[in-house]
Amino acid sequence: MKSFAMCGSVEHQMARRGFLGIMGGAIGLGATLPQSLTAGLSQQNKQMLVVFLSGGVSQLESWDPKPMTNTGGPFRAIPTAVPGIHISELLPKTAQHMDKLSLIRSINTRNGDHGKGSYQMQYGRNQMPGLEFPHLGAVTARSLERSNSPLPGNIRIPGGGRSRDAAYLGPRFASVGADGKPPANSTRHESLLSEADQMRHAFQRRANERFLSMRRTAETDLYTQSYEQAMQLMDRREVFDLTKEPEADHVRYGNHDFGQHCLMARRMLENDVPYVQVSHTNYDTHNENFNFHLEQLAEFDTPFSCLINDLHERGQLSSTLVVVMSEFGRTPKINVRYGRDHWGTAWSICLGGAGIQPGAVIGKTNDNGTQVIDREVNHGDLFHTYLSAVGLDSSSSFNINGRELPLADPAHSPIHELIR
Amino acid sequence: MDFIKTHIEFDHKHTSPLVSCRFSPNGENVFFGAEDYKVWRWNWKEDTKIEFKTDAWVMSLAFSNDGETLITGGYDGRLMWWSSTADSPEPIRIIDGHEGWIRALAVSPDGKLLASVGNDRVIRLWNLADGTSVKEFHGQPEGSEGAIRHASYIYNVAFHPEGKSLVTGDLMGQLIEWSLDTGVPQRAWTAESLSKYDTGFRAQIGGFRSLLFNSDGSKLYASGITNVSNAFAGIGNPSIVEFDWKEGKQLIEYLSKPKLQGVAWGAAVHSDGTIIGAHGGSNGNLMFWKPGEAEAAFQLKLPQNARALHLHPGEEHVAVACSDGHLRIYRLGPKA
Repeated sequence: MKSFAMCGSVEHQMARRGFLGIMGGAIGLGATLPQSLTAGLSQQNKQMLVVFLSGGVSQLESWDPKPMTNTGGPFRAIPTAVPGIHISELLPKTAQHMDKLSLIRSINTRNGDHGKGSYQMQYGRNQMPGLEFPHLGAVTARSLERSNSPLPGNIRIPGGGRSRDAAYLGPRFASVGADGKPPANSTRHESLLSEADQMRHAFQRRANERFLSMRRTAETDLYTQSYEQAMQLMDRREVFDLTKEPEADHVRYGNHDFGQHCLMARRMLENDVPYVQVSHTNYDTHNENFNFHLEQLAEFDTPFSCLINDLHERGQLSSTLVVVMSEFGRTPKINVRYGRDHWGTAWSICLGGAGIQPGAVIGKTNDNGTQVIDREVNHGDLFHTYLSAVGLDSSSSFNINGRELPLADPAHSPIHELIR
Repeated sequence: MDFIKTHIEFDHKHTSPLVSCRFSPNGENVFFGAEDYKVWRWNWKEDTKIEFKTDAWVMSLAFSNDGETLITGGYDGRLMWWSSTADSPEPIRIIDGHEGWIRALAVSPDGKLLASVGNDRVIRLWNLADGTSVKEFHGQPEGSEGAIRHASYIYNVAFHPEGKSLVTGDLMGQLIEWSLDTGVPQRAWTAESLSKYDTGFRAQIGGFRSLLFNSDGSKLYASGITNVSNAFAGIGNPSIVEFDWKEGKQLIEYLSKPKLQGVAWGAAVHSDGTIIGAHGGSNGNLMFWKPGEAEAAFQLKLPQNARALHLHPGEEHVAVACSDGHLRIYRLGPKA
């Protein structure tokens, strides 16, 4: 499939220009969504936060513990805020927020490869040669676009630059990396006086207006809008400056990378960015799975629970879908190095907020976690569920230059019983 | 010891992978912990076995000096006292000793004190006879200049043979000597080669899988993994580091030859000076070093990965707990 975005359009060219290019890409032409789908969505202010645990977090050490079995490992299960739901003792703070979250314990993605699993979970489909589909963040950013916002709609933390993960939706919906600092080159150069700068912009506007009065096209409109939006964003560069958050929150979230990244995610969501993705690395624990999960999940638990708590207390959780996912889970069998290996056959995710029924558990694995025994789902079903949870009709399509391209894989459907 | 003639003499197949092992003080039994959440007493000459229901993985086993009492330290944070000889063992005493895993136990030279350490970074001393708490060592207040305290999980503990101090070691490779009288940390130093932050995987790997003194207390031995290039695949080399106790300085690092991949899960020092290590990671090996010679003098390949090692009180055998569920007894010399 040809990528419509890579056609040399103004939109694409601008996306390649560093900061101004990145921000310019935040608006412009592109795919159109059916009016019925977009109408009202911006009013609902739905957003999505994905926490991606890279490498494959163990479901047995997180969302689906099997203590006292031959696969259970040394950790215990602990009760949560929801009677009857137990999770691993490695997540004591998250356990206190399970009344706001839900679990899906019956995922079978039939895959044990990092790259393929990562694609499955973030694109909702199996990767196929020659075909490009948009990332969940691009689909969300396009579908929940804030037309009046100068901010990018798809933020990736940590990172920098703009990715090429939007496929036919175009680069303006591709993820933009944020690392807690204002983007480089986003201030007026010190050698340029303010008055001179204003005169420069005024002259450019006059030239633009003159040009547009004679030769106005969609591309010239896009260029002008992009330029103006970039200018607006320069005024809002502090949105990306994590030092503006209170010191007490820095301490509360933790001064390690993931703590700061979660705080950055909160800041992005507060500034109405439709899609934010935070990564925490690494969980690929072929060796010493238990010691490393002890280490990594201890780092995860505090900032994640702070984030859930803050979104809840600020009234944002009801409109923000939160998903904690990995590319797959880990083998029930404990290997000779106290490790667990790749496992896509029976694993779990945690999600909550927006349209997700809180305190629910979907699906079930057998006593020692080696297979799904109830309500098997896969990455396609999950992708539909995420979109449905933020109020989208996941069976609808984007109209790309006259072609109808479905938001999610039509072979699958949402987990309806999880959507309220 | 003619370690080149080391050979397997007894082999017991258990139903679950093993995680720990220790001979009883009289040498008649081997106690081992398994992934089945139990500890087992195996009479290795009669091949009989009795279970102790600990309901947790048990990495640490200790005995009273007379051998009558067994203390288990579980990954559930519980200390359990048992009659080591009972036919149907029931716990005599259960104490919630630590928050999180108990990683190691040690008994003082006079047999009166039990020390326990683990993930809560506290060293606790117990009256071994009745289980009452004697002291807790937390270290100096966090944030104070030059504060000595453990900043990460404590992996191991050993009493100095003179009975006046003990040493603890943590995930970050820090070793601390503590005064038994005052509970004040006397000094701290780092075993640089036995801990590393893997920047690729963003995790700390290392720690002390064994920590022991030679008989006169002049040297301290610590085992683990070194030269780690990939923490999450366990790519590194088994290592035993020897320190001069008085100076707190590393004297030598004992390494395998040819280089093996994995961890030295257990270490022992024979009274003739031979250093013995048990390796697991990519297969398993018993490793032997002559004192002061960094390269292994002999390596014996095991049928599977070793996870723990203990030297028999008579010093003619070692017990090796393996990942395939086998408890193997090796004679350190020619066939009898």
